[in-house]
Amino acid sequence: MESLLNRYRNITVLLLVIMAQLVLLAVSAKNDQDVRFIRIWTVTAVTPVARIIDGLRGGGSGFLHNYILLHDTNQENQRLRSELDRMKMENVFLKNELNTADRAKALQVFQQHTPSRTVAATIIATGAGSSSKVVFVDRGTVSGVQRGMAVVTPDGIVGKVIAAYPTASQVLLITDPDFAAGVVTQKSQVHGTLKGQGTPQCKVDYVAFEEKVEPGEWVYTSGDDRIFPRGFPVGIIKAVRPGQPFKEILVEPSGLQRGLVEDVLILIEGVHQPIPDTPPGMQPIYIAAPPPGSDSTPATAAPSATGTEADRLRAQYQALGEEQKHTYGDNPPGTKPADFTRLGTSGAGVPVGYPLGPAGKNPATPAPPAPSNAEAGRNPPPAPGSLPVVRPAEAAKSGTGGTGPAPVPLKTATPPNAEPGKNSPAAPGSPPATRPAAPAKSGTGGAGPAPDKNAAPPAGTPGVHPPDAARRLNPPAGTPPGGQLR
Amino acid sequence: MTYSGERILLSSQREGQVSRFQKWVFLAVPLAAILFQVYVPMFFPVLSFLEMPLLVVVYFAIMRRSQIAGLTVGALVGLAQDSLSKNPLGMFGIVNTLVGYFAASVGVRLDVEHGLIRLLLGFFFYLFHQFLYWVMSQALLGQQMTFDWARTAMLAALNAVVGVALFHLLDKLKERT
Repeated sequence: MESLLNRYRNITVLLLVIMAQLVLLAVSAKNDQDVRFIRIWTVTAVTPVARIIDGLRGGGSGFLHNYILLHDTNQENQRLRSELDRMKMENVFLKNELNTADRAKALQVFQQHTPSRTVAATIIATGAGSSSKVVFVDRGTVSGVQRGMAVVTPDGIVGKVIAAYPTASQVLLITDPDFAAGVVTQKSQVHGTLKGQGTPQCKVDYVAFEEKVEPGEWVYTSGDDRIFPRGFPVGIIKAVRPGQPFKEILVEPSGLQRGLVEDVLILIEGVHQPIPDTPPGMQPIYIAAPPPGSDSTPATAAPSATGTEADRLRAQYQALGEEQKHTYGDNPPGTKPADFTRLGTSGAGVPVGYPLGPAGKNPATPAPPAPSNAEAGRNPPPAPGSLPVVRPAEAAKSGTGGTGPAPVPLKTATPPNAEPGKNSPAAPGSPPATRPAAPAKSGTGGAGPAPDKNAAPPAGTPGVHPPDAARRLNPPAGTPPGGQLR
Repeated sequence: MTYSGERILLSSQREGQVSRFQKWVFLAVPLAAILFQVYVPMFFPVLSFLEMPLLVVVYFAIMRRSQIAGLTVGALVGLAQDSLSKNPLGMFGIVNTLVGYFAASVGVRLDVEHGLIRLLLGFFFYLFHQFLYWVMSQALLGQQMTFDWARTAMLAALNAVVGVALFHLLDKLKERT
């Protein structure tokens, strides 16, 4: 080493002296940005090395993690797969739960809207026979279920109770060959007998060949069988074939169009309803509450002049109440309700139809303002979305003669915000003023009238209800908007 | 060891004769050269082309025939020159260090007593000095300067001529052996 230094002593000294002067130069000199050259040179010399080192480190680390340390990849992959499977299962479960909740909500809404007294039941088993269309529900005589009661859903009739046990009941489905029910077509009001065939479709017998029945027409219960009240949807006619002496009509049951449902309603006390003018396309819809923080207007907000039809009805009822100094929902039982027959004649606005009265009150007494066809013809046509008028002629026509109860076209009216049992008994067929629990939770119930419950929204305008309504309900197809028959 | 005025290249280093000077000469001559470089152009601007410190460094380097001595003289003279100029410390120092080192290296192989050699060495090292300074200004300081080869060559010739005369005067300061 010493000899090496002696051999290159001159050049070593030269380099040292040059290096020392370079350092001196770097320390003393600055660039145009007032940065000393020693900093510039140092950074310039160090950063490439640092970049190379960092690149090597990153590359080495990536290589190490991506290619070398893969011993747990398979295990992690299996764990992720199992987690994915679990999440899929959970997703399916939640979807089913949501679907069930929707169906239950729709059933609840239907139960609240239908004038008939019902009890909810769940199908818990099916019949043993392969050809028989029989199911068991979890409601029996303890719950008031008796043999011969009708079983329905919001979509249509499902069957009838053929055996009632203490804790369960046996229901004969509409598709069973032994099933039969009196039905009537919607347009032509042709009566017939619905029979099951053991297939997904049923047939309607005893329809004379000269009767005019068209495919696509809806079929409703006629009430002739004393099991199914009049006015419940049965299904839609799929095929009509000529025959002697009766036509061959095939009907697709609407109550089973979604398969065998889980939850049904058993009609403990059926109430006849009119056949609706329109097909039951608007079934009760459960709409979830808006997300928290969404921009929604409270229900108590006064409807604007340019509001919906329901708002207009609400304003009319409010004006009528103020005119008669009647406060809705704030009167003890037995208080005389407001005279809603003056609704059309008062300054509140045009007639909006015939409000519904309480069930069971003066069933044989026709309501004073019940218009005849001539009167109806004189009156201006109801506005879109207003309550349809029950035609006495139709009621008489569908009155089932001597087998069914006498038609009661109209009763006393129920104000839009009247609460059942508080002001006056709730009219069957009229939606209760108290909303379901969900709207009440959203702060929309009870404070003001709920005209959307009484007014059928115009077709194609489902969003005309106040935006605050967390759950908006369309009147069920089988619910008479203008009155009901008992 | 004989000295031949007709020979330019020495056959070996032992043929070269190391000149010795009084110690005050190593101090006074560079100081005088720097002072000349600083003050004379103030009164005689035409003489500003003279690079007296460089010529002194070349002279002592080639006469001492020692690379360490040459680079030491060059470093000291250059740093002194930097201190009196606007340049950052080290610019002239590095250049003169390299000039002293290479001049001493060349002086070992050449007959530095020869007039023509001295003329050529003066010319060459002036060019080397100016070129190296230009390179360092470009590389280290980032200064954008142009290098005028013709003017630099002409000044190199003038400095070489002056250097031959200067070297002759400085020879008078050598110690007699």
